[in-house]
Amino acid sequence: MARLLAHARFIIGALALMFVVAMAMPTAAQQRNPDNSVNPTASSVKEDQLLQQMRIINGRGSIPDAKSYNLEQPAGRDWRQFHDVTLHWIGAIAIIGMLAALVLFYLIRGMVRIQAGRSGRTLVRFNAFERFVHWMTASCFIVLAVTGLNITFGKTLLLPWMGPEMFSGWSQWGKYAHNYLSFPFTLGVVLILLIWIAGNIPNSIDLQWIKRGGGIVGNDHPPAYRFNAGQKMIYWIVVLGGGAVAASGYLLMFPFYVTDIAGMQLSQIVHGTVAVLFVAAMLAHIYIGTIGMEGAFEAMATGEVDLNWAKQHHSLWLEKEQARTGPNESESQARAAATPAE
Amino acid sequence: MARMKFLCDADRCIECNACVTACKNEHEVPWGINRRRVVTINDGKPGERSVSMACMHCTDAPCAAVCPVNCFYTTADAVVLHSKDLCIGCGYCFYACPFGAPQYPKVGNFGSRGKMDKCTYCAGGPEADHSKEEYEKYGSNRLAEGKLPLCAEMCSTKSLLAGDGEIIAQIYKERVVRRGYSSGAWGWKTAYKETIAT
Ligand code: HEM
Repeated sequence: MARLLAHARFIIGALALMFVVAMAMPTAAQQRNPDNSVNPTASSVKEDQLLQQMRIINGRGSIPDAKSYNLEQPAGRDWRQFHDVTLHWIGAIAIIGMLAALVLFYLIRGMVRIQAGRSGRTLVRFNAFERFVHWMTASCFIVLAVTGLNITFGKTLLLPWMGPEMFSGWSQWGKYAHNYLSFPFTLGVVLILLIWIAGNIPNSIDLQWIKRGGGIVGNDHPPAYRFNAGQKMIYWIVVLGGGAVAASGYLLMFPFYVTDIAGMQLSQIVHGTVAVLFVAAMLAHIYIGTIGMEGAFEAMATGEVDLNWAKQHHSLWLEKEQARTGPNESESQARAAATPAE
Repeated sequence: MARMKFLCDADRCIECNACVTACKNEHEVPWGINRRRVVTINDGKPGERSVSMACMHCTDAPCAAVCPVNCFYTTADAVVLHSKDLCIGCGYCFYACPFGAPQYPKVGNFGSRGKMDKCTYCAGGPEADHSKEEYEKYGSNRLAEGKLPLCAEMCSTKSLLAGDGEIIAQIYKERVVRRGYSSGAWGWKTAYKETIAT
């Protein structure tokens, strides 16, 4: 056995030697210049060839900062193209497009009225905690959106009339606000996920609702439980979009803690893209919650909605609520009590 | 006016780090910030090459393009400088820079950054030449004294060249012709969209 091994070692060794000699021969030939002088760099790395082989040329350095071992990353220019051109187009088309669509829609459709008029009787739709979570998230969102869009578009839109000093000052505060308010915003998204998930699982009623245009287009009133398909869409945009901006945002906020330069660029691409689309989606949400629909805003303001509003927009939810609590208990008697003459 | 550039002749660089030290000392660059560094590719292997790298003062500089507050400006000598008064430390210039030049002191909250610092080509900043403020924020201003960047001046093998692009390209070309080999003008294609034909 030992003899056999020694034999094999000898053969492998001989083969390896042959291989080395064979490999060395052409290189030895290359190491001479045409005039037969020695070229000491024949085997040395060349920039051109490295640039073709890898996106980032990196090596070793003698300072602790590992980022500095990247010698060259021409990919920075691709990121520049995204940041300066692509994101601007996505953002402008999404946001201006949405605004234009909403204005047009308002002009054509106007406010969606409570068709039966107000009943004067109300029922609770969102309790105090739900409303607190909603407004905490919403107010943080607005500040995050304004300060974030300032990073994207401020240089074009605000800098010319603010002047460099004022614009930098405002952007610096914007950055602080964006950093700090990310925490309550993220908390809000997590709470929204938890408190409203039960009502937001898609079901067959949603398909019908979508087929019938949601009652927004036309004058139909498709039935819906607590949240209709449109609201469920908003819910999932907030949960998934909020999750995406938070994850990518924290990567940006804690730079290079968990990722490298390519990861940082990707984080910004995800963050910027999702953020501008998110803003566009929220514009639609704000529209329908305010001037787009009569009786909707009070759901998040006082927490109570008119019975007829509920009948029109959330018939199945109303039935369930009434079956659960009895028609008279769930309806607030406050109004009737305040005006006994009625 | 000249079009100032850097050129590192990697076939001469011996990784002595004198350029790094010269820069640190000249500008009293704080701990943790490196305006210039030497990177060694294939360290210890055949084909090893070291390159001294800092801000290349690019043509159509990407840092300036992505800066959300427009804190960069280009001097008449084509040196890319910035204002620390306007910088908000967003870190975007580092993502765009092909050469990893921008540096940030860790002074802010979270992992965030203070005002960006980078190679000034020994040309100071927007403050008055040789003023105390200029020195504190950006370091010395050798260019205003008619001197070239100290890193290149101190280079023991004259690997690192600084000066007008045409002149240093000519010097490099002559070297290459004489010795018969070159590994390329590192970074030139990316920074200046041109190479030196050798
Ligand atoms: C949830 C947590 C969030 C975190 C941690 C976060 C963090 C960040 C960070 C660190 C930046 C880089 C710029 C800077 O330093 O100021 C940024 C940029 C930005 N953020 Fe956020 N953000 C969050 C949420 C949001 C939300 C909700 C929006 C929009 C509704 C938003 C919109 C933007 C935009 C538009 C940019 C600029 C993108 C660009 O042009 O590069 N962010 N964010």
